[in-house]
Amino acid sequence: MNEFLDALSLGVRSMFAYQAVFFALLAMGLNLHFGYTGLLNFGQIAFAMVGGFGIAISVTQWGLPFFVGVLIGLVAAVVLALLLGLPTLRLRADYLAIVTIAAAEALRLLFRSVSSTPVTGGTQGISAFNTGFLDLSPWSPAGRYDILGTRWSGVELWTVTVGWTLVVLGSLLIFALMRSPWGRVLKAIREDEDAARALGKNVYSYKMQSLVLGGVFGALGGMVYALGTGSVQPDQYQNANTFLAYGALILGGAARVLGPVVGAMLLWFIIAFSDSGLSALIGNGVSFFGLFQLDDVFDATDVAFARFIIIGIGIMLLMIFRPQGIFGDRREVLLDAR
Amino acid sequence: MPADPQPTGAHAASSTPTATSTGTAPAGRAAPARLAQAALRDLPWEVGVAKPDPALVVDGVTRTFGGLTAVSVDHLEIQRGGITGLIGPNGAGKTTLFNLLTGFDQPNTGTWTFDGKSLGRLSPHQVARLGVVRTFQLTKALSRLTVLQNMLLGAQGQAGESFLKALVPGTWRSQERANTEKAMDLLQRFKLDAKKDEFAGVLSGGQRKLLEMARALMSDPKVVMLDEPMAGVNPALTQSLLGHVKDLREEGMTVVFVEHDMDVVRDISDWVVVMAAGKVIAEGPPESISQNKDVVDAYLGAHHDAPLTNEEEDRVLAEAEAAIAREEGVPGGSGRAETITSDGTEKR
Amino acid sequence: MTHAPHRALVHGDRTGPPGASRTGPRPHRTSSGRWSSARRPLVLALLLASFAMVFAALLPSGTAQAAGEQVRGTLTTGSTGPIAGVEVTVTTAGGDEVDSVETDDAGRFAIDLPDGAGDYTVTIDEDALPEGVTAGDGASRDVTVEENRRLPVTFALTDGEERGSGRILAVQLFVDGLRFGLLIALAAVGLSLIFGTTGLTNFAHGELVTIGAVVAFFINATGVPLVAAAVVAVLVGAAVGALNELALWRPLRKRGTGLVAALVVSIGLSLALRYLIQTVYGGRSNAYTDYQSQRARDFGAFAITDRDLYSIVIALVVLVGVALMLQRSRIGKAMRAVADNRDLAASSGIDVNRVILVVWMAGGALAALGGVLLGLSDQVQWDMGFRLLLLMFAGVTLGGLGTAYGALLGSVIVGVFIQMSTLVIPNDMKYVGGLLLLIVILIVRPQGILGSRARIG
Repeated sequence: MNEFLDALSLGVRSMFAYQAVFFALLAMGLNLHFGYTGLLNFGQIAFAMVGGFGIAISVTQWGLPFFVGVLIGLVAAVVLALLLGLPTLRLRADYLAIVTIAAAEALRLLFRSVSSTPVTGGTQGISAFNTGFLDLSPWSPAGRYDILGTRWSGVELWTVTVGWTLVVLGSLLIFALMRSPWGRVLKAIREDEDAARALGKNVYSYKMQSLVLGGVFGALGGMVYALGTGSVQPDQYQNANTFLAYGALILGGAARVLGPVVGAMLLWFIIAFSDSGLSALIGNGVSFFGLFQLDDVFDATDVAFARFIIIGIGIMLLMIFRPQGIFGDRREVLLDAR
Repeated sequence: MPADPQPTGAHAASSTPTATSTGTAPAGRAAPARLAQAALRDLPWEVGVAKPDPALVVDGVTRTFGGLTAVSVDHLEIQRGGITGLIGPNGAGKTTLFNLLTGFDQPNTGTWTFDGKSLGRLSPHQVARLGVVRTFQLTKALSRLTVLQNMLLGAQGQAGESFLKALVPGTWRSQERANTEKAMDLLQRFKLDAKKDEFAGVLSGGQRKLLEMARALMSDPKVVMLDEPMAGVNPALTQSLLGHVKDLREEGMTVVFVEHDMDVVRDISDWVVVMAAGKVIAEGPPESISQNKDVVDAYLGAHHDAPLTNEEEDRVLAEAEAAIAREEGVPGGSGRAETITSDGTEKR
Repeated sequence: MTHAPHRALVHGDRTGPPGASRTGPRPHRTSSGRWSSARRPLVLALLLASFAMVFAALLPSGTAQAAGEQVRGTLTTGSTGPIAGVEVTVTTAGGDEVDSVETDDAGRFAIDLPDGAGDYTVTIDEDALPEGVTAGDGASRDVTVEENRRLPVTFALTDGEERGSGRILAVQLFVDGLRFGLLIALAAVGLSLIFGTTGLTNFAHGELVTIGAVVAFFINATGVPLVAAAVVAVLVGAAVGALNELALWRPLRKRGTGLVAALVVSIGLSLALRYLIQTVYGGRSNAYTDYQSQRARDFGAFAITDRDLYSIVIALVVLVGVALMLQRSRIGKAMRAVADNRDLAASSGIDVNRVILVVWMAGGALAALGGVLLGLSDQVQWDMGFRLLLLMFAGVTLGGLGTAYGALLGSVIVGVFIQMSTLVIPNDMKYVGGLLLLIVILIVRPQGILGSRARIG
């Protein structure tokens, strides 16, 4: 029972940790792309990577102040969005999907390659770029703080505070945009881009704006993640993260402002709770309805894979049976003709 | 303003030389129709004949898909302020021509102009902004937007559609209110006002056709191109739709429509253009068409429904090509696998 | 960068230093030998009922290996084959010798570490290497062994034969690229046919490749010859393809699930299958037991091992067979008819669902064959298919989405391009070049080489 409570407390803590902020911001960007505009961006993690590396390279390699680094990271994300969008946004949706996933993988390989080691640090990545950020922290970075029975370091607390502030501001921005005629055009493009064209809307331009804005959210997520871990390594930015972010988005419900935020929190609760729960079960040698011992089937390292299996199946089941997300409106989805 | 209250009749003489009558109430269905008819009355019934006041002029437009010529039109003029019906057997290239004229497809050769301005190489939204709007064969109601939102999308020049201004509601609130009023007026006219907050996806097929037409009118178009406006509409609504199409003419708009139902064509067209195998084979007033030998041949000759077997694979492929050509311009229409396989790898 | 004739297909040179030689270790990679430990079919069925059944039936019921730390590796080069009789010594961080062994006939060594986890140095006796072979980046490695980990240690051996012989680098790379491209093509044809007939962009296609390789590996590991194991793997591939269609995609089509939703479903499936495979198979790279100790045969301008040569021949024969099948046979014509226009095909009496089922089975079988061959020239890994997927997309897009011949041509071009690109760019960036090629194609000619403009709405 104690283990259950521990797992529960770990799960709740994860809902607010910087990883959840990271996925919330990634998924908010994807919500703009996929939920509102119908764009299939499967390379969201690349935006996070250029965001994180933008800060790291600017600060450590070029000796620029931290906030200039943030700016450079955001500009890099905008440039990446333009590069990806220019050739593909005129084509059918799956072309963007293929190009974005390819670009994300190519960028990661490029960043970790031996040739780029002088700039990106290769597989080792870059660390010690966040002093400019930590200087602003009201909490001592080395300190330990207990909040409602959970323990946070000063770095975490500051990162999380800034991160959730970004999430709230971003949500307000998306809320305002989606109530405006601009948001209406995005939704029209999602429903039928030819109809939008026939009504005199420059579909290409709107798709590009959506791609750029969503990419900026991804970059912000990458920055929060980089500040949370205190380092950037290319292999932290695996494509699987994009899929997890999609999982969060679909879980919370696409095309609603708080969907990705709620989804990311739930996702991390599930991950942390099942990780610690499964580990505890394996450790205790629990048997499965007397049929077999759980630790015959899973050992401790398998737990980390189990989360991906569960999330993969979860994405499938949600997409098939509840594409509106757990809290979504069934009525709207019945009309989904895509 | 319509000065002549006589009921519309074929070949009725017109006494009003002032052509346009924008803003005429729908009730006053009179002069402009007869103006166009009058203007067209004395023209010879021959292909490519020059019209007195053409809105659209097409010159030497060809479009081929692989080896198949979908459209090859030497010269065609569309009379301003009239209703022009475009008919022809399946695969005649009607929809492809529509796509070309509205920028949804680009031709291999040729030029075409609207009010003297070239439309060549313009993208669909630029054509729409010039005042040439279209509807689609498969209705494109934006399902997960409400009826009112659908209507508001039709309005042109909205400040709130720019990203930065969208963030400052003050810059677009008043315009939005005006557009909403206009939209409600139109919805009332099309008897959709009670549904304004419903998702467009729940409307019936006929209501969607009405919505699509009403939405097109939000942009105050000069030319309205309707692709099979009556297809799949129940007979009760057909009359109402026909009335709305005639109203467009009364308001001074130029209407071009594709239709299969000859009764409908005879009822509302001022002029009929017949296409077959990509070419214009005849044009003239509605009553001239049924007498035209080429037209009869085209319709009878085009229907060969011989069963296809696996061995006749070449034929399957050839017909598939034709079907592809026919379905160009409705990409993503049904959103199903069929759409992909039949209309290609890219959506423009 | 040297270009050893024996080059790995997907993850760069096996002989390179650890880390730098791979296109990327995935998170949570493990390297314990868990593939052979006992697995009960039941829980797999619970996890993912239909697909897991295939694995479950094939799981070897070996005994669990004892836990313990170990360093292991293989000394081999393309021209010499495995190198036996080289002394390998392990010392602790403090300089005390732990153990020293000689490599066996397959060039392998494995040294248990009774002291447990910690830092060690692994050294090979450079003088014992055959004439002309040198350890390119040093004869010793500092490694950190984690608890219960059997750590693979790789030495970058350079075979001297490369210099001085009549080989021409460009020709060698071309042949390597051709082989790689043909393997991509094997997998990509199915992807393209599935796209053509159903409109589905199947992100789970890479897992069909992995399943083929993993099944062949498991069967081969029990002592069955690889050729027989490959036949079974191909049959399993066809069965998994059929299961895909019958258990998932056909019902989804009946429900009217949209294409975008289907695409996202395939991503979920890919994720679940990939990590299910990792749970079953483990995170290690393994080679088959057969055909490992082969020397490269010298053909003048290039050298190639027999197994790679046979891979090329098999792939060519199968692909020509597929092309003939598409061109001549009834079912092949039906496939093309369905891909051209599904409604028309259905209305002319073609049983569309049956055709699609055959496409899935053929796609699954071809992908599995591609996986088997890929595992032969490279090694078997749990995410080999997923990494190939992007290159398949590149090939399919290059050739023209939905056209079977286009996929063939495009894949070969991608394979050759990737290998030849190492003439100008570093080896660890060759996939970057391949993926950039994909993006460039989309700008220049989005319909692909064989796709016609007509298909662009």
